[in-house]
Amino acid sequence: MTTASAEEMAQLEADATAALAGAGDIAQLDERERVAFRSKRSRFAEMYQKLGSTPPDERRVLGRLLNELRGRLEVVANARRAELVAAARIERLAADRLDLTEVLPGRLQGHLNLVTQTREALEDVFVGMGYEIAEGPEVETGWRNFGALNIGEDHPARSPLDTFYVDFGEPWSVLLRPHTSPVQIRLLERGVLPIYAVAPGRTYRKDTPDSTHLPVFHQIEGLVVDRGVTFADLKGTIDTFVRAVFGDGTRTRLRPAYFPFTEPSAEFEMSCVICGGDGCRTCSGVGWIELGGCGMVHPAVFEATGVDPEEWTGFAFGFGIDRIAFMRHGISDLRVMIENDVRFLAQF
Amino acid sequence: MRVPLSWLRELTPLETRPTDRGEVAALAADLDALGLVVEGVEKVGEGLRDVVLARVLEIAAIAKADKIRRVVVDAGGPEPVEVVCGAWNFEVGDIVPFAPIGAVLPGEFRIEQRRMRGVVSNGMLCSGRELRLSEDQGGILVLGRDVGPVGPSVPEGVKRVDAGLELGLPLADYLGAAFEPDVVFDLAIEGNRPDCLCIAGIARDIAALVGLPLQLPEPVVEEGPEPASRYASVEVLAPQLCHRLIGKVLLGVSSVASPALIARRLTLAGMRPIDSIVDASNYVMLELGQPTHPYDLDRLAGHGLRVRSARPGEEIVTLDGVTRVLGRPPVGSRDSIPGSDCLICDAEDRPVGIGGIMGGQSSEISTEASRVLLEVGYFVPLAIARTARIVGLRSEASVRFERGVDREGMERAALRFCELVVDAARAAGVAPPVIASGLIDAESVAYVPLRIPVRAGRVGALLGTKIQDAELGRLLDPLGFVTRSPAGPGTGGLLEVEVPSFRPDVRREVDVTEEVARRIGYQQLPTSQRRSPYVGRLTDVQILRRRLKRILAGLGAHEAWTTSIVDPRDQLRGGVTVRLVALLNPMVAEESVLRGGLLPGLLGAARHNLSHRHPWLRLFEIGDVFALPGVATEGGSDSAPGLTREVSLELPEERELVGLLLTDLDDDAGAALNAWRVVADALRLEDVELRPASHEGMHPARTAEVVAGGTVLGVVGELDPETLQEYGLVQPRAGWLELDLHKLAAAPLRPLAARPVSRFPSSDVDLAFVVDDSVPAAAIEVALGRAAGELCESVELFDVYRGAAVREGSRSLAYRLRFCALDRTLTDGEVAGLRSQCIAAVETKHRATLRS
Repeated sequence: MTTASAEEMAQLEADATAALAGAGDIAQLDERERVAFRSKRSRFAEMYQKLGSTPPDERRVLGRLLNELRGRLEVVANARRAELVAAARIERLAADRLDLTEVLPGRLQGHLNLVTQTREALEDVFVGMGYEIAEGPEVETGWRNFGALNIGEDHPARSPLDTFYVDFGEPWSVLLRPHTSPVQIRLLERGVLPIYAVAPGRTYRKDTPDSTHLPVFHQIEGLVVDRGVTFADLKGTIDTFVRAVFGDGTRTRLRPAYFPFTEPSAEFEMSCVICGGDGCRTCSGVGWIELGGCGMVHPAVFEATGVDPEEWTGFAFGFGIDRIAFMRHGISDLRVMIENDVRFLAQF
Repeated sequence: MRVPLSWLRELTPLETRPTDRGEVAALAADLDALGLVVEGVEKVGEGLRDVVLARVLEIAAIAKADKIRRVVVDAGGPEPVEVVCGAWNFEVGDIVPFAPIGAVLPGEFRIEQRRMRGVVSNGMLCSGRELRLSEDQGGILVLGRDVGPVGPSVPEGVKRVDAGLELGLPLADYLGAAFEPDVVFDLAIEGNRPDCLCIAGIARDIAALVGLPLQLPEPVVEEGPEPASRYASVEVLAPQLCHRLIGKVLLGVSSVASPALIARRLTLAGMRPIDSIVDASNYVMLELGQPTHPYDLDRLAGHGLRVRSARPGEEIVTLDGVTRVLGRPPVGSRDSIPGSDCLICDAEDRPVGIGGIMGGQSSEISTEASRVLLEVGYFVPLAIARTARIVGLRSEASVRFERGVDREGMERAALRFCELVVDAARAAGVAPPVIASGLIDAESVAYVPLRIPVRAGRVGALLGTKIQDAELGRLLDPLGFVTRSPAGPGTGGLLEVEVPSFRPDVRREVDVTEEVARRIGYQQLPTSQRRSPYVGRLTDVQILRRRLKRILAGLGAHEAWTTSIVDPRDQLRGGVTVRLVALLNPMVAEESVLRGGLLPGLLGAARHNLSHRHPWLRLFEIGDVFALPGVATEGGSDSAPGLTREVSLELPEERELVGLLLTDLDDDAGAALNAWRVVADALRLEDVELRPASHEGMHPARTAEVVAGGTVLGVVGELDPETLQEYGLVQPRAGWLELDLHKLAAAPLRPLAARPVSRFPSSDVDLAFVVDDSVPAAAIEVALGRAAGELCESVELFDVYRGAAVREGSRSLAYRLRFCALDRTLTDGEVAGLRSQCIAAVETKHRATLRS
């Protein structure tokens, strides 16, 4: 092999490598590749053609060297090509840039009403305790609403000043239920014992709307009837669901009260969720918040529905759903509920 | 019920000191635990030791001030004191209460030196209200005046100062023991505890709790020689209304003011002292729970009282000057028992009062009365409650009678009244009246104490604890019950409990159980866990309701809840044409019926939001609507057969509806329809179709009924633009979807069994037909679906064109049919055959031509 051709080859490799690596775009790379080794008139081709006039021994060596050179140049060219493709891709995508903060807002999910959210949360706790969710009509008979519940003919709750009556059937015999308790009667009338049920729903009282009263509101009522149900069970049940709803640290207590359909009767309170019992504005400084009423089902209620009070005993409890929602969210004026203002609804 | 602590302590020796905050709080907690709910604790008589008597020496104007003046007083000190005062009701020489610097008035109000308009004020002259002695805030409490009678601002029970009084004397010393610091508990008494509508009853409960004796007043009255029956008579002609009436006669009565202590206690308990007769009656009622009525015997025709039932329409003018008509049925009650109102008449049968509720104007006792007949009655609770309701009158007396007073406490009350009147006369320095000896007594129904058989074991079983026989008596007897073992000890826990006359709430074993629970303490009773034997789960309808709410929320709708008590005109505006259920006793005409549909409420909510500049929104509600059974009053098709859930004879029709109002930007019938499609798809409904329908409140040409399995589930479409206008809404169009929840729950569903999905390539065939406008697109789709047969995977409408390229009165409907077999790739020939089959089916069945 002549020194001249070795030098020539080195020169070619240096020139071509520089040219290929320095190509600015794909077209230029193609052109330089062609000039360097692909074209028949390239210097590389010229050197290859000269092989024919080289002695066979030398030709073999030279040929191998040329092939190796071509291989190296192709590697350089391919590397540059990959670089250029990648750069072009990046440039193309950069041109497709989108400011994600300038995207116009689309339609969001709607929000479930606070009453629904609270009701479902309560229902889930009771379902978890093995209770069924019972329902009854909002327009009810005076019998299921009062008579069967041991509420006497002259009880003030029956007064047209307190309860709405509807114009149907016998005058003053059909009403808008002022509590969910008639569902207790429906459950007892159904005759399937034992009963472990809660009944949530809409209730009505003749209250002028103000920050703490609405004539239309929501309650949830519980009824358990089984053999050997005790007052101790009632205390334990109240404690269980209050802790499930409001958190493990919540304590409960009962104090004597009067309801015609339970005996013994009690009001139940829970330790204030805001201050934990130390006293604050929410609990008027006493550390306890009154939740609702409860008690052992009065034997008169069993008798009215044909259940033997000697064999079966039970307890019932009831409280406001809306009130719990308001407590949880610190809402001070109930009237916001019936306005259905999206600025309110969309918060929860 | 307002209960002064000092009065309570008179009846049971509690050690609670009114000045000790902790002791007062402990007593309040005890009362709470007994079910005597403490609604307020008010401290009274505070600061009276810091305030002293002072005489006004000088009153002078302050420059540039027209509301306040400079006052110099002599407060008994070496130097006169100068204060600034804003009251104008006193004069030089008046004796007034003066709070010096450093004094602390009720409400932790500390008096400090102040400067007003350049004048230094070294204390404060006090009003009755500032000292919590009276409600009077009209000016300074003037206790005495050099010349002439004092002003009207002296509170009841406060004696008037004479000129020689010691200035600088603490007000507390001047006022005396009646004004010692005290605490008033405001108790909420449950309706079944009439025994606690008096101090004695509350004392009995608390005494039993803390283990102290109850010390009821044992009135001692010296009686004159002549029997009461010589002066007056009583008779009861209505035993169903009044079980007993007793009378006591007082002769030579002088009208005097009550002693300070009596007046003060009445004031603290919330009653206004009048004179010793009226005050004694009120005091007895507050102390023992027995209302009484004193009559001027000389103005009582025939010198006697007669109790009878009122005749229908009989009138009486009561003490408050109102004419009351009796013998009528109460509003809101079906029962009309003639003669159920109790009248008190004089011996000549003229009404002088409504028994147990309020005296008549004619019987009002005057200060001249010198011979008094005191009436003490036991009126039947139910009768009193009914009458009070009819005449719309609740008095302190009626509240007690309608819940039941102590049948065996009448004589004690009568004697206590006499004792108080005698004491008042002695205290005032006048001759006490002579009490005619004995009672005049008309008892129409004898009192028989109630004895209840009680099983100690059963009591314990209900409470979840063990109760021994002996324990029952130990718990109950301090409350006045008498517990006996009729057959001696060891008779299987069967005891006899005699109920005291003042506990009408205790009627059966379970009532005794509550007393035992109260005595042990609700908090002290054990707690246990009761497990349900069932697996808790929601019903299908409940699950559906929850899913629907989430589907609709997913469509961007917020869940509203609107009121169910609505304005009938509003229902009509919102297209509700069912026969509405009316309220018998609405609060206002705008809220007098039950909603018959959900649309009006949601439109109202949309209007509210519009008024707050939020017009573009979607709202839904799931709730009950009401209707009288039967057909709609107008020709609306909402009375379509099958729309009623269940016919009940005892109640109006009540259905649970789902309403979705779409008033977002570009919402219209199409948006409503797509919402329905989302619902139907998400619930996997089958056999669903739309039927064109007209519906009140809806757009006549953009509304359809939603039908599944042949049952109408509801309606979908666009609101009538007029309906939107009626509600002042600005949206050009609005969509509406309404479904019956329970019908939806019963609608047929796609089979549960999985349908295999083909692994072979599918072929699409696009077909466009020019179809007459009278033919619904759904019909073309049905025809295509049938013709395409089993191999058709889907039929989808993808373009609707109206315009020059098709003839007028028709449109081009373009469908894409996708064919696919489970076991092979369809050949071109097979697909071509299906294509021709489809074209032929549509062209022959409908007025449609393939668009080339």
